[in-house]
Amino acid sequence: MSEQDIQDWIRKQIAAHDVVLFMKGTRQFPQCGFSGQLVQILDHLGVEFKDINVLEDMALREGIKAFTNWPTIPQLYVKGEFVGGCDIVRDMFQVGELQQLLADKGIAHSQRTTVA
Amino acid sequence: MPMDAGEIERLIKAKLPDAEVTITDLAGDGDHYAANVVSEAFRGKSRVQQHQMVYEALEGRMGGVLHALALQTSVPEGDNKSDN
Repeated sequence: MSEQDIQDWIRKQIAAHDVVLFMKGTRQFPQCGFSGQLVQILDHLGVEFKDINVLEDMALREGIKAFTNWPTIPQLYVKGEFVGGCDIVRDMFQVGELQQLLADKGIAHSQRTTVA
Repeated sequence: MPMDAGEIERLIKAKLPDAEVTITDLAGDGDHYAANVVSEAFRGKSRVQQHQMVYEALEGRMGGVLHALALQTSVPEGDNKSDN
């Protein structure tokens, strides 16, 4: 895919799913600690999300960084908006801001804040 | 070529001169750090924007030679320090 095609493909994924996690590996088999942390948080909150494994395509792995001007993976999108990487989403989860954002956007989840 | 903590601090302060920067080496391999950056420049900015400002200061090293930087950003506490 050309660079433009990659950007269009990313835009389509983000528009097609309420919650999208660009990650290294898959939700069943995360291949990076940071990606695994976000899968754990989203699973813990019972959020339905689309996982996209950037390791499958180097152009995608670089394309997503250009898309948001964000240099690392994972990247979480909710209703088409970039929420953050591992640090930001984890911090938001710990103070309940992630749960509030999901509620504000009408996305089903459970309210629990602690991860076992 | 890994980075050392001093260089990370220097780059951040070059872009955010007022910043208080605290860096912790998480793994001793020059590749995994935690950084806490406090700067007035963050006031009014979202978390994403604050982190992007720090990444810009690192001039493209983030996600490259610098694999992991656990980043915390905040604005200086107000003058009216609470007592508790």
